Amino acid sequence: MKWKTDDGGWSPYLAGALLGLLAIASVLATTQLMGKTSYLGASTTFVRAAGLLEHEIAADHVVSNEYYTKTKVRVDWQFMLVIGILLGAFISSIMDKSFRLEAVPPTWADRFGTSIWKRAVGAFVGGIIAMIGARLASGCPSGHGLSGMMQLSVSSFVALVMFFGVGVLIAHIVYGRRIS
Amino acid sequence: MNTGQWLGLFTGVLFGFLLQKGRVLRFDKQVGAMLLKDMTILKFMLSAILVGMVGILLLSNLEIITLSYKPMNVGAVLLGGALFGAGWAIMGFCPGTSLGALGEGRWHAVFAIIGMLVGAAFYAELYPFFKATVLSWKDFGKIGLPEALDISQWVIVPIFWVGVIAVFFWFEKKKL
Repeated sequence: MKWKTDDGGWSPYLAGALLGLLAIASVLATTQLMGKTSYLGASTTFVRAAGLLEHEIAADHVVSNEYYTKTKVRVDWQFMLVIGILLGAFISSIMDKSFRLEAVPPTWADRFGTSIWKRAVGAFVGGIIAMIGARLASGCPSGHGLSGMMQLSVSSFVALVMFFGVGVLIAHIVYGRRIS
Repeated sequence: MNTGQWLGLFTGVLFGFLLQKGRVLRFDKQVGAMLLKDMTILKFMLSAILVGMVGILLLSNLEIITLSYKPMNVGAVLLGGALFGAGWAIMGFCPGTSLGALGEGRWHAVFAIIGMLVGAAFYAELYPFFKATVLSWKDFGKIGLPEALDISQWVIVPIFWVGVIAVFFWFEKKKL
């Protein structure tokens, strides 16, 4: 087994194991410094960000919305964590020169061509569907997939099987390859 | 910024760094896993889970931290999980990796991020409907595998480790 990939990345086993250590350090740090254990997650931040943006144009509507009230629209620990992901990926990709401006990924182009607008519509519509699903299920591959699985939460096992199972099915339909 | 926000930012930078180094942010890696051709993201996730679960369950045993299960609401997890899977396949990013993909220059992630913000706003509007329907079908509450199976977590963890490592060997043998 190699510790480095051909393009200068790290073995996914190594990077993943280090993320496991980060997850442990993070629950300890949040418990000690913030008084409440917080787990790695991302999708709730999209609700808070949507609420903050909507608040700019229709403040009363956000204040009176039950879900926004329940979620507490504010810039919290997880919100900054998600911003940090962007920064960390930027730093890493600059350091190992893997930063690339990409408008249409190869797998997409093979099936739908190199039109940026087709890709934009796919990403946008996929994003809407995925986020409604993530909020319904109370988590995404970070909250359920990583944090929930680490805690042996029953719902996370079921959610991950659904995420991946339906993902495999739809990917084969959308990208035109049969399950062999 | 307060302590929590700084801590979140610092943790997030390390999280994003590892996601990028593991090469799991890219559309082609995410869709590659769903096409069963490239298991990089599963190797990464499962490695993180193997390491993280030992520390987190130990810290919880020692009562240093508290666990926070997500509710096993049957309709919500099944329908939500299915919708997420379908959207994920088309979008080719998940909520966390979309920001990371943008960070490494894959700027079409912007459309995914805008879509997810719109999806979140839709969900906030649809919440009363979901609450009256899908969310009210059957809720087993916040349950963990040890309680559900009535088996100690320290029996489940080694079994999980052996199973996942067997899967890793299989991935390597098949060059996935």
